[in-house]
Formats: sequence, C-alpha cells, structure tokens
Amino acid sequence: MNLLEVKALQVHFAQGGGLFRSGSHRIRAVDDVSFSVAPGETVGLVGESGCGKTTVGRAVIKLIEPTAGSVWFEGQNIVPLKGKALRSLRRRFQMVFQDPYSSLNPRMTVQEIIGEALDIHKLTSTPDQRSNRVQALLESVGLDAAHASRYPHEFSGGQRQRIGIARALAVEPKFIVCDEPVSALDVSVQAQVVNLLRDLQREKGIAYLFVAHDLAVVEHISHRILVMYLGRIVESGPSRSVTGSPVHPYTQALLSAVPVVDPDSKQKRILLPGDVPSPLHPPTGCPFHPRCPIAQKQCQTERPLLREIRPAHHVACHLA
Amino acid sequence: MPLLDIQDLHVEFRQTTKTVTAVDGVSLQISPGETVGLVGESGSGKSVTALSIARLIPSPPVAYPKGRILLDGQDVLAMSQVDLRQIRGRIVSYVFQDPGSSLNPVFRIGSQIKESLQRHRPSAATDSEVLRLLRLVGIPAPEARIKAYPHEMSGGMQQRAMIAMALASQPKLLVADEPTTALDVTIQAQIIDLLHTLKSQLGMAILLITHNLGIVGDLADRLVVMYAGQIVETGPTRTVLTQPKHPYTQALIRSVPQLGANTDHLISIPGNVPSPGAFPTGCRFHPRCAQAQPSCRTIAPSLQDRGDGRSTRCPVMA
Repeated sequence: MNLLEVKALQVHFAQGGGLFRSGSHRIRAVDDVSFSVAPGETVGLVGESGCGKTTVGRAVIKLIEPTAGSVWFEGQNIVPLKGKALRSLRRRFQMVFQDPYSSLNPRMTVQEIIGEALDIHKLTSTPDQRSNRVQALLESVGLDAAHASRYPHEFSGGQRQRIGIARALAVEPKFIVCDEPVSALDVSVQAQVVNLLRDLQREKGIAYLFVAHDLAVVEHISHRILVMYLGRIVESGPSRSVTGSPVHPYTQALLSAVPVVDPDSKQKRILLPGDVPSPLHPPTGCPFHPRCPIAQKQCQTERPLLREIRPAHHVACHLA
Repeated sequence: MPLLDIQDLHVEFRQTTKTVTAVDGVSLQISPGETVGLVGESGSGKSVTALSIARLIPSPPVAYPKGRILLDGQDVLAMSQVDLRQIRGRIVSYVFQDPGSSLNPVFRIGSQIKESLQRHRPSAATDSEVLRLLRLVGIPAPEARIKAYPHEMSGGMQQRAMIAMALASQPKLLVADEPTTALDVTIQAQIIDLLHTLKSQLGMAILLITHNLGIVGDLADRLVVMYAGQIVETGPTRTVLTQPKHPYTQALIRSVPQLGANTDHLISIPGNVPSPGAFPTGCRFHPRCAQAQPSCRTIAPSLQDRGDGRSTRCPVMA
C-alpha cells in the first residue's frame, strides 16, 4: 500500500484573502494534482517559484487546508481530520523548511527546540530521557551533543538545517516533506545535507517529498520526479527517465539551466523568455504556450492532459 | 593601468574584547572591461573584500591596518567622505544578493532608478532614460513596470531592476555579490546571460562574487579563489576550472551537483569554514583537505606565482 496517495488535490486562494465570494478572483495555486509516495521512497517535486510546489508540500500534511481532493495517508483520508485525531497523526509526518534562519526560534536553545517536539507528543517521561534522546538525535545528524545548549545564531546555515532535520526526526515520522531544504545553502554544504537525508532514509525507511528547483540535486536524491508548472503536473516519471530523456519542453528548459562547471561543455541553455505567468491570469490552452519554443496553434486553445508515453512516464503536451 | 588594484589588503573587525582579521593580505587587479570571478564559500572574506572597494562597511567596527585599494588610480582607503561619494556610482556600482531586501519597498521601481540618475547624471534623470535602462536589462513592458513596487515583481525582475539601478550611473566597475543565489536556476541562467550581454555591450568591468563554480564559466575571464581570508588560487577561468591546482578549488568544483552523475553520495567538503579568530594553524584549509600532509598543520604556505597568470597557495599540489 502506498504511504501517501494524493488525488485531484486543489488549493485555491481568494484574491485579497478571505472567503470565496462571487466575483472575487480565484488563485488556482494547485489545480488537480495527483501522485503517490511509497514507503521509503523519495519523490522529487520541481518547478520554478510560484508553480505551487511549496503549496502542495504544505497541503499534503495539512499545514494548509486543501480546497478539494483527498490526501490518503496510510489508507486514511486526512483532509476531513481535525483536533485530536489530526494531532496524533502528526507524529507520522513532518516538515523540514527552506530558510534555516527563520525556521528555528531564535530565543530557544537547540535542546529546547528539539525537546519541544518530544514534549508535545509526550515521547519521553523524565528530563534525563529527554536529554539523552536530544543528544542521540543531534549525533544522528552529524552534530555534537555539546551543541544542545547553544542558540541558533551560533550556527552556520548548514548546521541550522541539520537542527531542523533533527527536530523533524524527533517524533520518528514515516514521511517528511523537505521544502527546498538546501536552496539557501552554499553548494558545498548542500551536498552534506542531501547526503545526510539519503543516509537517514536508508537507515530508517523514511519517505520524502523533496521540493526544489535545482534538478541536479533533485535527480540525485529522488526515485521519481514530478515537474510542476502553474499549479499542475506537466511531466512525471522515474528520476533518470525524466532527467535523461525529458519530453516536456519546460522540463528540457529546466534541465538546460542547471549550472555546469566545465567551460567547454557544449551545453546550449534554453532561455525561457519572461516569467511564469500570474496564476490569477493563466493563459488559455496549455499554460506553458506563451513561453514554449515549439508551441503550435492547438496549444493556444486546448489544454493537454497527462498521458503515459513511456512505462510509468507521463507528460502533458500535445506534441509529445 | 588596472581599473581596480587591491594591494595587500588587510581588513579587521574591532570588537570590545578582541580584534578579528577577516581579510588577510589580499591582492587583486581588474583591468577595464575584464570580468573577474571571486569565489569561495560563505565566510571566506569575499564580500568584505568587495564591500571595501567603496568603503561600504561602517568604521568602526571595520579597520584597515594595512594595504591600499586603488580605484582608477586613487586610494579608496585614504579618501575623504566627499571623494567617496564621488566614486560611489560614478566609478563603482553594486548589485547584491537578495534583491527583495535591497530594494526600497515603499518606493516605485521607476523612482528608485531615477534617484540614482539624479545623483550621478542629473541631466539624464528623465522617464525616457529610466525606460531605456529597463529595456537594457530586458524587463518587458517597461512603461507599466516603472510604476511597480518591488513586491509586485518576481525575484528575477527585481534583480534586473537592481542591475538597471546599478547601471544608471554608468559605472566602470560593477560588483555583483552573489547576484543569482536567491533565484531559481532558470532565472539564474537569464541573469548570467544578461550580465554577459551587458559586458560586451557596455565594455564594463565586473567583479562577480559567488560560491557556485557552475556559474562563472560563461562570464569570468579570470578566477580568484578565497578561503579563510586569503587567496588560495588564481588563474584564467578555463585553466582553473579544468586543471585546478589547489585542493580547495578542486573540492569546490567537485561539489557542484552534476546531472547524470551516478554516485551514491554527492561530493561535499567535510567540516565547516573556520571563523575569523579561530583559523587553524599552518595551512587554514588543512583540517578539511584530502591531500593534507603532516607539515600542513604547522607551516603556513604563501601564495606562489606559477607562471602563465596562475598562482596557488599549496606546496603539496604544485
């Protein structure tokens, strides 16, 4: 059985906040997204800023309320859950946030930050037990037990991210949403954190939804990759299949933008003109057509649906 | 004569109880029209070096016990405030890492660019010049963008607006401090491409500061690699990237994630960049170096000229 099954997920926001009123504009941040995550698997979710990937990550663990659709966690639909029922389930899934500088409370020591998770779920019964558990968690993320009494500002970005991971691990979750966990770090440090996440997965069988925009990092850690654009999945498949032979023109452009050290590499960057359009005014037909290098007439009027073009590899493009 | 000539720069931060050295004897030249990439991890001293070019760090706590920074022949470190205001914008302009926090959130983009024009080229402080600059940096529909506030623009657009502001004063040297780090890879590619175009169109010199060696190949003519306040390697870009001589440069190159690399673990540099005031003895990189020898712990190597415009601070990997 899949650990996580997302079916026709929609997350819409009313422009200007508040409730949907007739006449108010809807921001379709996530529009009809379906995917699954198996136990111990990593699914990479990529796309540019504004494509809805962070919203998907937050919605599947109910940090944001879905507008429609269902999210099945270990066979149970968590969308209608509230209060105690939801709280007890929260031990099973956690999140690691993007910004290591704002995701840790600056007025709490590391001991208090990680201990808080243990306290909320009543996972230890004596102060000694608690402090031993915090030490063990710090060591499992490559930090020193002595760091427990320090404050976040005394650590580097990479170290803070490790603290965030230790905090997520404290409750022994089966699933962690990693929302751009390395984007704010130097490349040399990114590798350390990605390797740590991978080792923890092997050791503890944790599944990840790894949200990011750098395909080289995502390819390395993911078993499967989903590419999002303007609230929808435009391509999905096994990691190597998506990065090795991408079908959707947007995926091809994303791949060509990955920085390459070799100055002699004959890589020609596909430069997409302009920005991702506003989700308030999505283009007609295929939402990618205004920026697409191979758009045809059909693309302006008809929205392509996801279809399987290779085993387990889906793409939403008329020209695939 | 080089446009920028940093000679044996030492930068200290004086705190109440102690003094730490953030930049320890850095020398660097940039010729007119040349692009130099200053690379290294966060905490290496590259930003402090770059900000010192226009003396942008408040003093105290910063102090310059030794060295000179000659910009267009004049020593910035000896200038009066009046003279400094003349060179800022006119000779050197900056583009910073996070455009969202560098742009003034309560002023429209058009008026921020005009402010720069009013300071340095008052006769050109017109809407049409603002439009020309917005077009130069590739902002579409500039007539509408002139009235936009920074928060109404995406990260990529904000960065283009920052570049327009920096170019408004027609500087001879553009210092770009991690200009693409906060942006998506596709937008990074756009901004690098823009800098490339501007370079050839305007004949401007650029000091590009970054920790990511994946973005310097297209843009930089020469590379200067910094670690713990010192330069550890220099040379023509292609040569340094294809035949790096210092273990730190090699490690930085290897840690850029590559597509299709079939490795179990991404290559990282173990450990952390040491903080100023807590530098290791001997070679500052030795605790993290794969090629370290016993002598590296005790002998602090000096930067050696290797000919062909190359230099390196490592006796082991000569």
